[in-house]
Amino acid sequence: MNADLAALYQSVILDHNRRPRNFRALDHATRGEGHNPLCGDRLTVFVRIANGVVEEAAFQGFGCAIATASASMMTESVTRRAVADACALAARVEALLSAEGDGAGDDLGSLAALAGVRQFPLRVTCATLPWHAFAIACRGLGIGD
Amino acid sequence: MSSGPRPPLAAPELDPAAVRRDFPALQQPVHGRPLVYLDNAATTQKPAAVIDRLARYYREENANVHRGVHALSDRATESYEHARQVVGRFLNARDAREIVFVRGATEAINLVACAYGRPQLGPADHVVVSAMEHHSNIVPWQAVCAERGARLAVIPISDAGEIDLDAFATLLTDRTRIVSVTHVSNALGTINPIAEIVRLARRAGSAVLVDGAQAAAHMPVDVQDLGCDFYVCSGHKMLGPTGIGVLYGRLPLLEAMPPYQHGGDMITSVRFEGTDYQRPPHRFEAGTPHIAGAIGLAAAIDYVSSLGLDRIAGHERALADCATEALTRLPGVRVVGRPAKRAGIVSFVMDGVHPHDLGTVLDREGVAIRAGHHCCQPLMDRLGLPATARASFACYNTLAEVDALIAALCTAREVFG
Repeated sequence: MNADLAALYQSVILDHNRRPRNFRALDHATRGEGHNPLCGDRLTVFVRIANGVVEEAAFQGFGCAIATASASMMTESVTRRAVADACALAARVEALLSAEGDGAGDDLGSLAALAGVRQFPLRVTCATLPWHAFAIACRGLGIGD
Repeated sequence: MSSGPRPPLAAPELDPAAVRRDFPALQQPVHGRPLVYLDNAATTQKPAAVIDRLARYYREENANVHRGVHALSDRATESYEHARQVVGRFLNARDAREIVFVRGATEAINLVACAYGRPQLGPADHVVVSAMEHHSNIVPWQAVCAERGARLAVIPISDAGEIDLDAFATLLTDRTRIVSVTHVSNALGTINPIAEIVRLARRAGSAVLVDGAQAAAHMPVDVQDLGCDFYVCSGHKMLGPTGIGVLYGRLPLLEAMPPYQHGGDMITSVRFEGTDYQRPPHRFEAGTPHIAGAIGLAAAIDYVSSLGLDRIAGHERALADCATEALTRLPGVRVVGRPAKRAGIVSFVMDGVHPHDLGTVLDREGVAIRAGHHCCQPLMDRLGLPATARASFACYNTLAEVDALIAALCTAREVFG
């Protein structure tokens, strides 16, 4: 496999794609829809928030390996975070995926694996899709930007 | 009896190795690999003959058409109107006045929906499309139906991806005003039985538009033989330039249609009290047209005609058959749609691998395919698929490229396990 592909489809990405975490609907949760009209990918992100903290996050839908892995890792990384903190994390992931994101992956843990998408400009929206859906869910609660 | 060599019984097959030398874009590597371009249903590459003709127009003939009194305007007008003749002969129109230059098949359908559909349609009238249409042959009709209170009816398709002619016959009523169907499905490759569809529609008194975006320049097209009222196609899918397309319309219908856009070039006289419009085709070509595009399209038509449309169709069909067979043999791969009559387009899915990921892996192997819903969301819903991967062939593709596609898919299988 060529080096760019190996960086895009790192084992952590492939693992989250094959066995997405928190891949289910949540009752009593707010939801945010992510839709990429270019490819038809559609994800619903569910968040349950109490006292300003994300108690639980989950997702459902259909997306490519990048969107699915990004969503799966996101649900793990925002859970038990303060909402403001989770929104800040979303912004950092966004920066990581942008061309200027060098170094933005430091201390992001497994989320740093998403940086491989930078060599594939057409696929950046796949990685950001669940994070946008998360932001929409938070905005639905009047939280976040 | 002469004992000399017998003449060949059929025209020799296309030699794609020779053909591809005519296409500069195919000579480049992509990601360090030879480019295997299998996204021809999205747009085709252009032969040097087309690129050179565009350059020659701009170098030697550039002027506005139908209005100058000088040499260059004469040349530009002559070349532009000659292009209309070339397109007319190519589609076997009765008269070059039946050829309207537009931006592409999308604009042609919008033109017919507005200038033919809007005046024809009233409440309780129907427009009929098929379940395999491209969005461009759904949305303009939806819009005009909504405006006129008319209904959009949909011809169902089989799991094989073929139009259900019996169901079509039952959909037709004396309120059916327009039937608008694709000649070749851009997503599945199905060649639809247009002559039969026209015969049934005629009996119900309906006009018929055929979307030829995937058929023109890939197989012989004879609008008189098909019997349709309108036929539309896009230059860029015919080895021609982007931004130019064709509406063929039967002259009596075009004559009765009001303008679609208004402006210069489409009028005979303008007064503030009122304006007289040109007759077709100029009535439908407001403003300065895409002169270079029309001339470049004629060059593309000359090029494919020199190869032979029957030979091109046979070649693309052979590649699609070969790809279908090879894909079917790959574990976990399913070909989507099994039409009995197929053009050079094959859609498929791989278990556990999203078409987008397939597209990305294949791209790094130098293989360009399309992944997604192919602007056919209702068809994808019908098939229960969010997306497919699609390989589509042109006259310059080779059997070795089918092998490259299959090898790249094996790489994808390795990546995703």
